[in-house]
Amino acid sequence: MDDLVKAAKFITSAMVEGEAMEAFILSEREVAIRIYELEIESLTTAESSGVGIRVVRDGRTGISYAGTLDRDSIAKAIEEARDNSRFGTPDEFAGVAEPDGVEPPMMSSQWSHELLTTPMEKKIELARDLERLTRRFDKRIRSLNSSNYGESAFASAIINSNGIERYSEATYCWAYAHALAGEGDESQSGFGMSAAKNFAEIDIEFAANEAASKATRMLGARKPNSMRTMVIFEPEVSRSFTSIVAGTLSAERVQKGRSLFANRIGEGVASTKLTLVDDPTDERFFSAVPIDDEGLASRRNVMIENGELKGYFYDSYTGRKAGVRSTGSGNRGGIAGSSAPGPRGCYFEPGTTSREALIESVDSAILIQSISGVHSGVNPISGDFSVGAEGVVISKGELGEPIKEFTISSTIQKMLGDIHEVASDLTFRLGSAAGMTLAIQDVSVSGN
Amino acid sequence: MVDADVVERVLRAALVSGGDFAEVFVEEKATFSAALDDGSVEELSSGVARGAGIRVRFGDTTGFAHTADLSERGLVRAAEAASAVARRSSSPLATVALTSRLVSPVDVDSILGSSISKDRKVELLLRLDAAARSTGASIRQVGASYGDSFRRFLVANSNGTFVEEEQIRTRVSVSTVAVGDTGMQGGYETVARTMGFELLDEVDLEELARTAANRAITKLSARPAPSGKLPVVLNGRGGGVLFHEACGHGLEADHIAKNSSVYTGKVGDQVASPLVTLLDDGTFGREWGTYRYDDEGNPAKSNVLIKDGVLVDYMWDQSQSDRAARGSSGNGRRQSYAHLPMVRMTNTYLTAGESNPEEIIADTQYGIYIAQLGGGQVNTATGDFVFGMTEAYLIENGEITAPLREANLIGNGPEVLRNIDAVADDFSIVPGTCGKDGQSVPVGCGQPTLRITEVTIGGTANG
Repeated sequence: MDDLVKAAKFITSAMVEGEAMEAFILSEREVAIRIYELEIESLTTAESSGVGIRVVRDGRTGISYAGTLDRDSIAKAIEEARDNSRFGTPDEFAGVAEPDGVEPPMMSSQWSHELLTTPMEKKIELARDLERLTRRFDKRIRSLNSSNYGESAFASAIINSNGIERYSEATYCWAYAHALAGEGDESQSGFGMSAAKNFAEIDIEFAANEAASKATRMLGARKPNSMRTMVIFEPEVSRSFTSIVAGTLSAERVQKGRSLFANRIGEGVASTKLTLVDDPTDERFFSAVPIDDEGLASRRNVMIENGELKGYFYDSYTGRKAGVRSTGSGNRGGIAGSSAPGPRGCYFEPGTTSREALIESVDSAILIQSISGVHSGVNPISGDFSVGAEGVVISKGELGEPIKEFTISSTIQKMLGDIHEVASDLTFRLGSAAGMTLAIQDVSVSGN
Repeated sequence: MVDADVVERVLRAALVSGGDFAEVFVEEKATFSAALDDGSVEELSSGVARGAGIRVRFGDTTGFAHTADLSERGLVRAAEAASAVARRSSSPLATVALTSRLVSPVDVDSILGSSISKDRKVELLLRLDAAARSTGASIRQVGASYGDSFRRFLVANSNGTFVEEEQIRTRVSVSTVAVGDTGMQGGYETVARTMGFELLDEVDLEELARTAANRAITKLSARPAPSGKLPVVLNGRGGGVLFHEACGHGLEADHIAKNSSVYTGKVGDQVASPLVTLLDDGTFGREWGTYRYDDEGNPAKSNVLIKDGVLVDYMWDQSQSDRAARGSSGNGRRQSYAHLPMVRMTNTYLTAGESNPEEIIADTQYGIYIAQLGGGQVNTATGDFVFGMTEAYLIENGEITAPLREANLIGNGPEVLRNIDAVADDFSIVPGTCGKDGQSVPVGCGQPTLRITEVTIGGTANG
């Protein structure tokens, strides 16, 4: 933290009249342990830091970054950002965030001293135990690709020439396993994970069961016939789906004519069962932070309420352009990234039906365990949705045979309207979205 | 970047507690990018990151630490952190003698991006924007971007390797949105090579922009793709993502060592149609995946992976090749100094065959013609993969007809390789970004036009 304060002071002293400046300063410590056949395959310890600078002069923006926090590197980055700003197209809305009077929420459990003082040996042992538990789950678990422990402790500062100066710090840790199950010539793989703020809260039993059961239940999987059917997403899959939907609501996409939901505020865009919330202050998210990446307070935003589109994600720039306030949704992809509005802690409001009751109530559907090819198969402009999938057939409320090597296809628009049930089992993992068991009707399955 | 005697001292510090192997990797990477969107030049961005990654190997265990502090004190501290895992060893202090330094600078005729004025780079974007917009009235949105990077690294290890390499990369891309009665569609095209600003002498910017624009315009009249198994003709220019996903990843020696690839134990077996010869070639021209030395200091090579359908060899990095007591194939790569190297592809491609591309289409009664592929993903343990088609058409009675909306294809690698029944005499290679274990590296993917007898198409139309 001292490094950040020192860097912030230096940058503030470099600010001049007639120029807006913002700095995003980051410092991180990481540990990564990878276990293979109970031996340490690799152990990584690292410290890194850096700064991203944004300068706005006469409506022109320039950005720059440095991967170190020494004065020379920072001074050079400021100079580069100033020079880069000379080439931008003037834009009356360009600038940095202005304080909006919203106080950042008090968050208690962001920094775990316990995590950082836990001896390395215990962390190594945890990853070993995860392998042992995963193997013990089922005789058909032949090996693990790896069993892993990781932790991150990071501190960030955002300062700008409008007087914003805010610091935050957080720690989190996680463990995950890649299990390989086999029978005869066949192999199937499964992934399981648990994440926590404190070391003591990592649930390796959960991660082991998840990895092992996902791998073993796919043994003997066939390719299904093509059909139209209901699909039920596992929480991990609906988490991806939630991210995709929320991503289309970025005001940047809307203002640039790249969102399928442009000009649709107030309209019904989804089933009335669907409410999409973005709440990065919700401490169940490991990514929860009191401020956004422009230094404004994080806040709860309702994006879709009972199927009706309520609003878009705004950062300070897109907010000024639209004549509204930032929703505290400024995101930047690290020090070298530029800022864009988007979800920071989103989920579908969970329903009242339990996962078990939902599955039992279904006559015929496919439980989707994982999807692949999201990057290539989902088009956020047209809404076309087509991804690879594997899962288990549900027949008369019971899980049946595993199936694989098929695709599920629809459009984002249609899927939102076809939501049949949002279950109650909201599950938090790493990342800025959370998912639950989610049933969607009338999806095309392509197989044989 | 760091003096040889400092490097030697750091390597000795890394081995002070024992260990079989130690390596110092020092990197500096400067990047520049400029983007135009919605008619305005949004922001120019530039910066530098530098640091060192140090690893120590003890048996099958690797200790790794990285730091941005390149002083001798900072490097020694990282070396000590990396060596912490090797504490159990009683091996005597290793002596480290670096062999003579191999220096591999960029070619003298390379034009560094930093020597070109920012005005010129911005002007490129304006040209791309104008060309894309003039392609058709339905083009409503154009994004153009230019980027260059200059990466220098030094890698030295306890075997005596001491290599300094410079890599220079340049890319230009255009994305478009067309609007019509049927909604919005997007188009994209990019060119990217391991070379300097002279890339712009080889590229017709206007044509690049028109290609991206036409992709979006064509799709406005696209119908939903069919659903189910159909023959597929893949255009050579569409990119060889298929081979990268369907078998490339499964031929990486780290997957083989852990028995998490369907190709484990298959060297010498017929794993593909006899029409298939697959190479991974880090020396291929100046393509996106090309370099002189890999990130472990081993020279890039042209490696035959599959010859006439028979599996010849896997791809290797230093750790995997040491374990197998053989040489590295020059496939040890890392995203940056902050990442451990692992087995990665370079430029992976299927070699040209003898058929005529038009005849392959004419010979297909009903199927899908793919002009451009999107990204893909594979599960190496099962060989199941997906990839997206971003420009595709129906083939009816031997002719290319209606354009299709985007969809993913799904298949099984070994199965698809066996089902290739025609390979044409054309060839092209396109740039891509390959992700593995959270690390991204630039790669090339190439292939001639070819036909697969059946692949599952993930469309929504019942066909």
